[in-house]
Amino acid sequence: MKPAVDTGKHFINGDIACAEGAIAAGCLFFGGYPITPATEVAEHMSERLPHVGGTYIQMEDEIAAMTSILGGAWTGKKTMTATSGPGFSLMMETVGLAIVTETPCVVVNVQRGGPSTGLPTQGAQADMMQAKWGSHGDYEIIALAPSSPQEMFDLTITAFNLSEKYRTPVFIMSDEIVGHMSEKVVIPKKEAIKTISRIQPRGKKNNFHPFKPGPNGVAPMPSIGQGYKVHVTGLTHDEKGYPVMSVDTQAEMMERLLGKIRNNLDDIIMTDQYLLDDADIVIVSYGVSSRTSYTAVDMAREQGIKAGLLRLITVWPFPDRLIKELALRVKGFITVEINMGQISREVERCAGYKAPSYLAGHPGGAVVPPEQVISIMKEAF
Amino acid sequence: MGSPAVKKEVPVPHPLEDLVRMERIPHIWCSGCGTGSVFTACLTAMKNTGINYDDFAMVSGIGCSGRGAGYINIDSFHTTHGRAIPFATGIKMARPETNVIVFSGDGDLFAIGGNHFIHAARRNMDITVICVNNFIYGMTGGQAAATTPHEAKSSTSMGGNPESPFNLPLLAYAAGATYVARWTMLHSRDLADSIEEAINHKGFSFVEALSPCPINYGRRNKQKPLDTLREYHANTIIKNNADPGELGIDFKQKVILGKFVDIEKPSHDEQYHRLYHETSTKS
Ligand code: SF4
Repeated sequence: MKPAVDTGKHFINGDIACAEGAIAAGCLFFGGYPITPATEVAEHMSERLPHVGGTYIQMEDEIAAMTSILGGAWTGKKTMTATSGPGFSLMMETVGLAIVTETPCVVVNVQRGGPSTGLPTQGAQADMMQAKWGSHGDYEIIALAPSSPQEMFDLTITAFNLSEKYRTPVFIMSDEIVGHMSEKVVIPKKEAIKTISRIQPRGKKNNFHPFKPGPNGVAPMPSIGQGYKVHVTGLTHDEKGYPVMSVDTQAEMMERLLGKIRNNLDDIIMTDQYLLDDADIVIVSYGVSSRTSYTAVDMAREQGIKAGLLRLITVWPFPDRLIKELALRVKGFITVEINMGQISREVERCAGYKAPSYLAGHPGGAVVPPEQVISIMKEAF
Repeated sequence: MGSPAVKKEVPVPHPLEDLVRMERIPHIWCSGCGTGSVFTACLTAMKNTGINYDDFAMVSGIGCSGRGAGYINIDSFHTTHGRAIPFATGIKMARPETNVIVFSGDGDLFAIGGNHFIHAARRNMDITVICVNNFIYGMTGGQAAATTPHEAKSSTSMGGNPESPFNLPLLAYAAGATYVARWTMLHSRDLADSIEEAINHKGFSFVEALSPCPINYGRRNKQKPLDTLREYHANTIIKNNADPGELGIDFKQKVILGKFVDIEKPSHDEQYHRLYHETSTKS
């Protein structure tokens, strides 16, 4: 039996680091379904959860896996599932239910090449827009992009913290390369790990309003069995949780759901900036692509080009303001990602007519080589 | 002297009032609909178990009967179409002390949700599934379902249903359910008793409740609300322990009601606990 926080230096792959991060964050329930290249997350969770009194269940498909973690979350536990593209598509239905019922949970997508069955064993970053818009209706989502096994550990904890704080599903948008690469992962002492749990209601249980926001725009969340007698529905509902089919209720609910993310951007958005202060050309990247992007910046600097890197650790919500500010002072942007233009469109949208924006993309199966970034840089600027 | 004392009528609260979200009444169910009777049987059964209401949770999917979760005054969840069972599974496995009841319809549980049903039965997941079987998709206006009788009319089979319906008790039994019963909403006492047994049963329990949808099934199939009830009375027989293979529904012959399966077998949460929690604390 290992403790929840397996303090020490480890040489493990990203998937396993992610599972260790979940256990360290206090995850106690995992609904799994095998899929390459995310299977190791489920396997490791099935082994580790019983050590900490938690539960693993292998569901019949990804719809069920995702739905089971919502049920689990309403018992007061922190819950998670992990998948890759085809499973992520199936989960989208329940992602919407998680958003509208304000159910905290963490969903890991170890991305592989698509569309459809695609390249099961090779990496891609082509589900980034699906993460934002894959479920029907309007919503805000939180998505983090780890670029190393260490970050798979660290950001999984962050994902749980954000999900508990904002009562919302949080995506970890990893990829096959980060999921399957083994590197040194340092797991700190338990005391050094900051974990957040949802705010529980206090006081009178009669006529409780489980969707009435507190000061930060988020409602305290009761658990099954506490006597609050909550009603939770996927229909448009009021603060009591009761369905109300009215334009006004829809507007109020949407304002609450969008507001709790949009009004807390500074708390949610994390970036890493490398040589950005004096940069003329900004490389925007995230996840595994940011690793080759650091190299591209160094190569450009060696050749006298003032390049810098803006690495998105939080991809959704998107750092609009930061890109807009940069657009006022730089020559332009190059977005490096393993898809044919997804986040690059967001950069283009924010840069507007202030600065040009280019894509250094890849159809999937390998990383974008730094040389490709340099040649686009030279051609464009 | 004042006028003679007038006896003031104090309204007697309904015996199940504490289990109903009274502020949400009137409900949406049509007059003549059987769903309310099945719902009442379910509440009666819950009350009769004597279990603290806070130790229950109800989960519904989408459809007319799926609205049940919205009227019961306990922790209740109205989920997405077909997904009540995996939601219930998550609750049960994360908090095994909860008595989880899935209250939903035939379309929800057996078409879009069919895969979840058979797997929860196979696992002997300790939940109680109550299916209000009205042979049709009621909420959307009467389209053919996985339970619509062969040749019956629906809004998508006006020339008669070319398909054949599921025999639900057989399906449940074959998949591994350890408690299986069928009643009609007219047999309210038997139905409530059966649901009570199903709740107390450790393992996957399934109760099918035949229930009229006069609006979207009856109308097209020339059945007035009372005709259906007459059929439930005249053309059914009670045959406990009947062979699940003989339970196909054909009102031209007798439809068999009763308790068909009641097997003792460790439930999924018990097995998981034994294999994982007990051993991991030992090692
Ligand atoms: S449509 Fe049918 S099942 Fe639905 S409430 Fe009306 S009568 Fe009942």
